Amino acid sequence: MAERVFMKGTEAIAEAAVRAGCRFFAGYPITPQNEIPEYMARRLPEVGGTFVQGESEVASVNMLYGAASTGIRAMSSSSSCGISLYSEGVSYCASARIPMVYVNVQRGGPGIGAIQPAQQDYMQATKASGNGGFRMIVLAPDSVQECVDMVYEAYDLAERDQNPVLVLTDGVMGTMMEPVVLPPMKSDKELEECRAKFLPRAIIGHPLGQQATCRPGSVGDGQEQANIEAAAMYETWDKDIRVEEFMMDDAEIVFAAYGISARISRAVIRQLRKEGIKAGMIRPITISPFPYDSFRNLDFNRVKGIIDVEMSIPAQMRWDVDFAVQGRCPIHEVLRSGGQLLTNDQVLKGAREFIKEVL
Amino acid sequence: MERNLMIAGFGGQGVMTMGKLLAEATSQATDLNVTFFPSYGAAMRGGTANCYVVISDDQIGAPVSYSLEDLVVMNGPSLHKFLPNLKSGGNLFVNSTIVTDPVDRDDINIIKAPVTQMSIDIGNPRALNVIMLGVYVGATNAVPPEVIEKGIAHKFAKKPKLIDPNVEAFRMGLEIGKAQAK
Repeated sequence: MAERVFMKGTEAIAEAAVRAGCRFFAGYPITPQNEIPEYMARRLPEVGGTFVQGESEVASVNMLYGAASTGIRAMSSSSSCGISLYSEGVSYCASARIPMVYVNVQRGGPGIGAIQPAQQDYMQATKASGNGGFRMIVLAPDSVQECVDMVYEAYDLAERDQNPVLVLTDGVMGTMMEPVVLPPMKSDKELEECRAKFLPRAIIGHPLGQQATCRPGSVGDGQEQANIEAAAMYETWDKDIRVEEFMMDDAEIVFAAYGISARISRAVIRQLRKEGIKAGMIRPITISPFPYDSFRNLDFNRVKGIIDVEMSIPAQMRWDVDFAVQGRCPIHEVLRSGGQLLTNDQVLKGAREFIKEVL
Repeated sequence: MERNLMIAGFGGQGVMTMGKLLAEATSQATDLNVTFFPSYGAAMRGGTANCYVVISDDQIGAPVSYSLEDLVVMNGPSLHKFLPNLKSGGNLFVNSTIVTDPVDRDDINIIKAPVTQMSIDIGNPRALNVIMLGVYVGATNAVPPEVIEKGIAHKFAKKPKLIDPNVEAFRMGLEIGKAQAK
C-alpha cells in the first residue's frame, strides 16, 4: 500500500486535482477554502500549470469555462456565497457541455452566512446550480480520503459526459487533517490521450454542430435539440448512482445523511448497536443522481423510522428522502446550521429521543 | 477506543503546533485513525486559539467533541471556557505558570506542569508546547513516546539542530506526566 500522508482537506483536494492532471486553476479567496488556491499557486507552476487569482468569482468561473473549453483539465473552488456567484458560469458550461470540475467547501448561510462549516447548499448543488434546469453529477465525500478520490475521478466523469461535475464538501473536511493515500500522478502521455478523445475542442472556426465537441451555447431551434440531448445523457446516470448502505441488513432505525453528517452518524450507529438498537444508514455518495431506490425499496414492515441528519436548518436532503419514502414511515430531523457543528453526542441525543418514540 | 483531546490557549503558545505534531506523528508511526481540527477565523496574536485531536482504532465520526477525555489549557480564559466540556473522569492538563485559578471540579484528574516557566528555564521559550505534549503523553499513554520523538525528528528534518533540544523538552514533560499519571 502506498504511504499515507497527513493532510488538510483543502490541500489534499488541490494535490488530488494536480495528480489527476489539473493544469489550470482560477479562484477568488473565501474562507474556508483558501488553502486550495494557496496550494495551487505554489504547486501548479511546478508541473507547468497556471494559477490565476481572479478579480472576482465571476471572472474566475469564466476563466475556468475558457480553460476547460480547450480540453485541458482545470479547476476552481469556492465556498457557498462565492459559489452563488458561479451560477452564471456553471450554467454556461452546462449549456456548452464543458467538462469543468469545481469544488464547494460549504460554510454557513444564507447570504454571507458564517465562515464556519455547514451543509446548506444541498438544494443549490443538486437542483439548480444555475438557470436553465441543467443537471450535474455531484459527489459528496465524507472523509479527506474521499475528497481526494472524488476530485481525482471527477475529471473522468466530466469528460465522459462533457458536463460540469461538482464535488460538494464542507468546512469541517476542508479544514481538518486526516491520513490519506494519494493517487498516482497522471503522466503527460495519459493526459494527452484523455484530451485527444475530445479534440478538436476550440469552438472558433467550426460551424454549429460540426466537429467541435463543445457547443457555443446553441440558439433558437438548436437550443431545444441541445436540451433533449442533455436530458438523454442525464438518463444514463442510473449506473453512476453511488450509495453506502451501512449496517442496513436488519436495520429498524435508518439514518439518512451525506458528507460530514454521515461520518458522524456512522459513529452514532456503532454506539446504538452496542446498546442493542438495530440502526443503519443510507449514505448518498452521489447526491445527484440521488439513490432514491435505496429509500424506496426499504422494508417498511421492519423500518420504524428515518433520522435525517444535516448541518442545515431547514433540512434540505430530506426533500429527496421524502420523495422516495412517500410517508411510509416517520422521519425525524437532527439538524444544526449557520456554522454550528454537529457532534457525535448531539446526534446520539437527537436519535435517542426519536427512538424512544418509535421503538 | 476513541480519545478526544482539546488543546486551548493564547495564539503564539504553539497550541496548533502541539495538536498537529501529536496528530501527524500518530498518522505516520501507527495504524490508528486520527483527525486534527483547528479553530479558524478571525485570529490575532494574543487572542485565543484551540484545536481538537481525535485518535481512534475505529473510524472517527466528528473531529470535534464537547465531551472530552482530555483537555489541555495553556491560559486562564481557556480553563473557564472549556472546563465544562471535560467528561467526568477526564484529564485536565494545566499550564500552572499562567493558570493559577482554582479548578472547581473534583470528578476529574488534574495534571499540573509549569511549562511556560520550564521552557524559559531551559532557554527554549518556544518549547512550552513540546513540554506539554510530553506531559500529555506521559500521563495518558495516548501514543507511545517514540511516536512523538519520531514526529519531532520529522518536523525538524530541515533544521536538525532543533531536534535534540525539542526531544529533551519532550522528555522533561514526559517525566512530569508519568509522575502524575493516575
